[in-house]
Order: sequence, then structure tokens, then C-alpha cells
Amino acid sequence: MTMPFYVSPEQLMKDRADYARKGIARGRSVVVLAYDEGIAFATENPSRALHKISEIYDRIAFAAVGKYNEFENLRVAGVRYADLRGYAYDRADVSARALANAYAQTLGTVFTTESKPLEVELVVAEVGATPEADQIYRLSYDGSVADEHGTVVMGGQAEHLAERLTAEWRPGMPLAEAVQLAVRVLGTQPDGEDRTLEPAQLEVAVLDRTRPRRAFRRLAPAQLADLLGTTAEPSGGPEQG
Amino acid sequence: MTPDTHGRLPASFTMPGTSSFLDFLAVHDPSLLPGRTLPPGEVSGALHGTTIVALSFDGGIVMAGDRRATSGAAIASHHIEKVFPADEYSAVGIAGTAGLALELVRLFQLELEHYEKIEGTLLSLDGKANRLATMIRGSLGLALQGLAVVPVFGGYDLDREVGRIFSYDVTGGRYEETDYHAVGSGSAYAKGSLKKLWWSDMSAQDAVRVAVHALVDAADDDAATGGPDTTRRIWPVVATVTSAGYQRVDDDTLGAVVAEIEAMRRAGGPGGGEPR
Repeated sequence: MTMPFYVSPEQLMKDRADYARKGIARGRSVVVLAYDEGIAFATENPSRALHKISEIYDRIAFAAVGKYNEFENLRVAGVRYADLRGYAYDRADVSARALANAYAQTLGTVFTTESKPLEVELVVAEVGATPEADQIYRLSYDGSVADEHGTVVMGGQAEHLAERLTAEWRPGMPLAEAVQLAVRVLGTQPDGEDRTLEPAQLEVAVLDRTRPRRAFRRLAPAQLADLLGTTAEPSGGPEQG
Repeated sequence: MTPDTHGRLPASFTMPGTSSFLDFLAVHDPSLLPGRTLPPGEVSGALHGTTIVALSFDGGIVMAGDRRATSGAAIASHHIEKVFPADEYSAVGIAGTAGLALELVRLFQLELEHYEKIEGTLLSLDGKANRLATMIRGSLGLALQGLAVVPVFGGYDLDREVGRIFSYDVTGGRYEETDYHAVGSGSAYAKGSLKKLWWSDMSAQDAVRVAVHALVDAADDDAATGGPDTTRRIWPVVATVTSAGYQRVDDDTLGAVVAEIEAMRRAGGPGGGEPR
């Protein structure tokens, strides 16, 4: 009878983390950034039906990168979680923080107890009555949670894109500028020229704090073209004039 | 109720296969389903909501409900609301035991929104109507106890581009109405009124006036139906559902409509009925 090799816990966790990171890095990035009237989400996604950005509850949205089947499962769980809480208590008692905790526990448990970690990274965001009350939580494959302010980039080359995003982002940007910035950042390539992304290649949605109840709204390609249109002229920026 | 929020989400949350909140609730925590925990036998003192009318017009439907709830012979509420948006393109009005009916509406609204969020599309109007039928059938036991809930459902069918109205019985039977429908204790009088006042392809404005008029007629003969309350300025809840979605008619418009109907009915006036 052969004895199983001893693997130290450090090595075991490191192997799992590497495995999950590789899976996540393969996907396209998602950019999340706050603007004056809410929070915008953008990603490169040619599919009109398989979403990476979705509504969870009245003021809460979800964005994910990684394996579709895994984050879709988490998304559905989140909708059920939020709807159940809102039904049992009240709509006002559903918070992004509680949902982020539930996700963190789930991701953490899977990471340490199951044979394969979930290859996903999530953002749970809640739009508040004022920009100061906005909450953005970023969750990693191992269950760690980060409370982010203003911007998040997840997915392939996240660090590289995040650098550019944080350099150009400032609080209180109008929606058009925020979307233009997000699309510019998504088009960044590690080497070589930036790509220009067309509205049809993009999935963009916002949590708009000015909407009465359900703040989540997808931006259709036509609306997106309007918002991006101002940058079409290479000569001037959006601030021109 | 909610799972332990400090632990992993339970398996029922990640179970694939259903887009229905009701199905999820039945698996996860059936005790939250309305009415399951009521003891058998007569229940006294429960509030009853009364008359709802719905009628179709050119391009949509209008639904209106009076504002009275009764408990036996007493008026329990002067301002209860019994007509609700089920989702963006449909409305539901309820008559019967108010506690159960309001819970049913809350669950129905949630059911539609839940489906929409999970599937990313709206249910068809027939799908919504069938879903409501299943929910009513689920509370058949309560109906046999005398706690019946009878809704009327209407909406704008985005595929066929028409307004449609559905009526129900306590067994969950679903019947499509072509012109108009009324439920509740004053429904016989309201229907009689609608029979004379309704015509096909009427405008939205006319439909709102006819709906209020039918409620006034019901309140005239049925003690459990409240007419427009000019003293407190409490008007019926009136909503239209068209291609633009669910829209509640505002109080100023209703105040004018009520004044017009009052003038029409006043003794010594030019005579009752709707001018055409």
C-alpha cells in the first residue's frame, strides 16, 4: 500500500489560489466605477444574453469574471437571498454588505473544503442616496472581501488596467465621461496600441440613484453610442468647448 | 428564516432549475408561504376588501378599486388600496380577505420580479396570469374556510399589442374576459353599470370615467363598497396599463372625474347615465 505524499497546508492553498487565479485571468476584464449619479459597470462581452453584469435587488447589482457557470450559480443564489430577505423583512432591509458576507462565506468554504476552488471574482455594489453612501465590495475566489472606493477592475490584466483607471478617474464624473473612461480602459493592451471597442462589443449597465425603486438599468447599444459619440473625434476630448 | 448569514449559502440557494420564487420558498422555507400556518376553523374579525372593476379600452386596460375594507358590519378602513402594479406591464386587483389578499399580491409581485431578474426577460402575459392561478389554487384550503381571495388581473400584452383582462375563481380557474369584469361584494352592481356604460374601443379618458362611475354605482347599492369620499378627498385607486406601462391616475384628474359623475347623477340634473 502506498502512502499519500504529505502536502503542507501552505502548498495546498497556494496551488488552489494559483489554479483559481489562472482561470480568472483568462477572462475579459470588468470595470466598475462610481459617477455622479450612481455606479457604472462595463465589460467587453459580445453576447446579448449571457450577462456578466446583473441586477440583484432594488439598489444592488452584481458583476463577475471567471467561469460563467460558477458565477451564474452565485448570481441566482444572490437574487434568491435578496428576494427572500426582502420578503421576510422589508425591501429596505436588503443590503449589499449582508450579501457580500454571504458570498464571502460561500467562496471561502468552497476554497478550503472542496477539491476545486471557484474560479470567479465578484463585485457587489449598492448605490446610496448620496455618492458617500455608495458601497462597492470586491470578493475574491478565496472569500476575501475588500471594501472599495470609487473604482474596481477584475479579470485578466486587472492590475495593469486598474493603474490606468485610478489615474484618470475622479469623483463626481458625469455618466458619459465615466463610460468613456471605462471603455478606454477596457481597450488598453499590455503591449501595442489601444483597441477601440464598439458599442455592440460592450455590456454596460448602471445603478442610477435617481431612479425611483429599481436603480439598475442596462445601456442599449444605441444609448451607448450616444454616450461614446463625443469621443469619436480624435482631436478633442469630451470636455472640449 | 433566512439561513445562517455567517455560513455558506445553503444548497437550496444554489440549486439550479427553477426561476420561481414560490418554488424556491417551498423548498427552502415553506413556513413563509402565506396561509400555511393558519389554524383550521372560522376566523372572525378579518378584514374584507370589496369591489374592483377592470375594463379594456383602445390600447390597454383600466383597473379601479374602491378604498373601503370592512370587518363584519363595521368599516375597518377608509383608505385601503386594492389595486397594485404586478409588474411594469400588468395590474392586479383583489377582493376578499384583505390580510391574505395583500400577502398574495406581495408574493405575486415578487414572483414576477424574481423571474425577470433570473431569466433576464419578462414573463408573457399568459405566463403571469397562469402563475397567479397557481397561487390562488394553493390557497384553496383557506377559501374553503371562508377566507377566499378573488383577484382580477389585467395587463398589456407586449406580443399581441392589446390590453387583456383575466378573472379567477377560488379554485384557481382562469378565464379571459374580453370587455370588462368586476369582483367583490359590489361586483353585481358594478357589472350592471359597466354593461350599460362600456363600449368597445373607448378612449383611456372615457374608460377611467366609466370605471369610476361603475364603482359609484356599486357603492350606491352595496354597503361594503365605498364611493369617492369628497369629505376626506379619498378617491378610488385607478390605474391604466398601456404600452407605456402601469400608470396610476393622479388625484386631481380623479377629483374632476368624480365631480363630473356627481353632477351627472345629481337629482334634478340633466338626467343620469353617460353622455356619448
